[in-house]
Amino acid sequence: MSEGQVESYDRLRERMAQRDRSLREKVMTLEDAVALVPDGASVGIGGSTMSRTPMALIWELIRQRRRGLTCSRCIVSTDGDLLLGSGVSDHIITSWFAQGILWGLSKVMRHRVEGLGKIYEEWSHMAIGMRFRAGGMGVPFMPMRSMLGSDLVPLRPETKQIDCPFTGEKLLLVPALNPDVALIHVQRADPFGNAQIDGLQFMDIDLALAADSVILTTERIVSNDQIRREPHLTKIPFLSVDAVVEVPYGAAPHECYGQYEPMMGHLNAYVEQVNADPVDGFERYLDEYVHGCESWNDFLAKIGLHEIVGATQHGRSIYND
Amino acid sequence: MTEPRDYTANEYLAILAARQLKDGQVVFAGVGIPLLAATLAQRLDCPNLTILFEGGVVGALVEPGKLPPSTNDQRCTKSANMVLGSAEVLLLMQRGYVDVGFMGGAQIDQYGNLNSSFIGDSTNPSVRLPGSGGGNDIASLTRMIVAMKHEKRRFVEEVDFITSPGFLQGGESRRDSGLLSGGMYRVVTDLAILGFHEQTRRIEVLSLNPGVSREKLQDNTGIRLDFSPELSETPAPTQRELAELRTVDPERLFTD
Repeated sequence: MSEGQVESYDRLRERMAQRDRSLREKVMTLEDAVALVPDGASVGIGGSTMSRTPMALIWELIRQRRRGLTCSRCIVSTDGDLLLGSGVSDHIITSWFAQGILWGLSKVMRHRVEGLGKIYEEWSHMAIGMRFRAGGMGVPFMPMRSMLGSDLVPLRPETKQIDCPFTGEKLLLVPALNPDVALIHVQRADPFGNAQIDGLQFMDIDLALAADSVILTTERIVSNDQIRREPHLTKIPFLSVDAVVEVPYGAAPHECYGQYEPMMGHLNAYVEQVNADPVDGFERYLDEYVHGCESWNDFLAKIGLHEIVGATQHGRSIYND
Repeated sequence: MTEPRDYTANEYLAILAARQLKDGQVVFAGVGIPLLAATLAQRLDCPNLTILFEGGVVGALVEPGKLPPSTNDQRCTKSANMVLGSAEVLLLMQRGYVDVGFMGGAQIDQYGNLNSSFIGDSTNPSVRLPGSGGGNDIASLTRMIVAMKHEKRRFVEEVDFITSPGFLQGGESRRDSGLLSGGMYRVVTDLAILGFHEQTRRIEVLSLNPGVSREKLQDNTGIRLDFSPELSETPAPTQRELAELRTVDPERLFTD
């Protein structure tokens, strides 16, 4: 699908009809799951900012040297740096792109966007939500009342302004976003892909339903029996899921609600290194923490036990009185 | 400022911002000073202030000393009334549940338009800024309070790019563009409190912070300033306000 274009309903249904939506086991390795993402794919990314980022999947995409991905996410932080800076993606669709509010502008993003022609395609936060929602609903657009009047409208010729056929009021239509693949990290899922999300769910449910396939990483794989005991906790239905990978600390160094908070020591050091030199400093980070690791657990070991235990203490404390 | 003070500019900014809120209001707060100020207001004179965060939090009660590093982190949810999806909480603004939007600002112009996207031409910017986030949605759908540092380069006659709409080109232009609700209400800075003229919708100074003269304010502002006929002096921070603020942000995460 070319960017900014809405898939026809025939095409959307055709792609759905080809999917195996049966209740079946989908557990696989991180390597095999990421191999399902082809070069040039459009990829929706779950979580937001520094929360429930599917970091192990992004890390493995970099290791497999995937190229030409168009990535969409409601708000992007250091994950955007990794995708754009590594060359995995040359086009990020989001509403906000910095390393985090505590650090300010991303020099990694600035270098690639201002100097190298990489694309940061900006929408309002709600517009990203309405685009995933339209995609998840199987309709070509959603109407909304923000962005009107601002320079975001001329910046985004993909939008259309209409006079409402009922009220005559001006409305903005934003096109559906149906990514080829969604990457989502959750706290628990069963082998079939029934996923429980604790706390903030961001736009993940719409994203999962909008995408043509979903790869889940999960802190824990639990049994289908356990899921069936509390079906009201299932937020993403197995129907929409194509791969399940158990990756403890799969959002590190970002946070995973109730499990661990962001690993600020690692993130502070990252920001200092890449902002001092957004090219070589960034390459050195990839060499050490992505390509230079034997496994995801090896990456966690490099973050360090003290930092991980501290983040875990904070993460669990959300449940303390 | 000439006289010695026992508080930082950002502390004063947070206190001034907190004073703009009224008990019982529903406020949609961005991270940084807005989050801090809303939390401060809740602990001072607005115990029934309802705080919303774009991560999906309804009715937040941020724990002193545990300020979240963004409005999408788990700390925002501790002791909240509800967590929703991000689209759902943004849609609460569109439906009209939210009285006040509360944000920081990088660059603002005479009609209260905010730029957080590009310095220079958007097709070939000298600086690519982080972008809208929820800023455009908040500015489009609520009455807005902006808290920002008062610097000449941040206050310009016309922003390079309108990321978050104020009154656009002034007069009725905001409504004409299809934005039927909300608009800029206050701009709170470390030097003054500003509002917008009823008809022209141009920015005007409502009160000067202690020790700030008209001349000094104009020297630090890239917009030709109008002063309200009822121009007053902003009261200095009280010991109660400062003590409470330092309880909320003991590490001075947002007030250094």
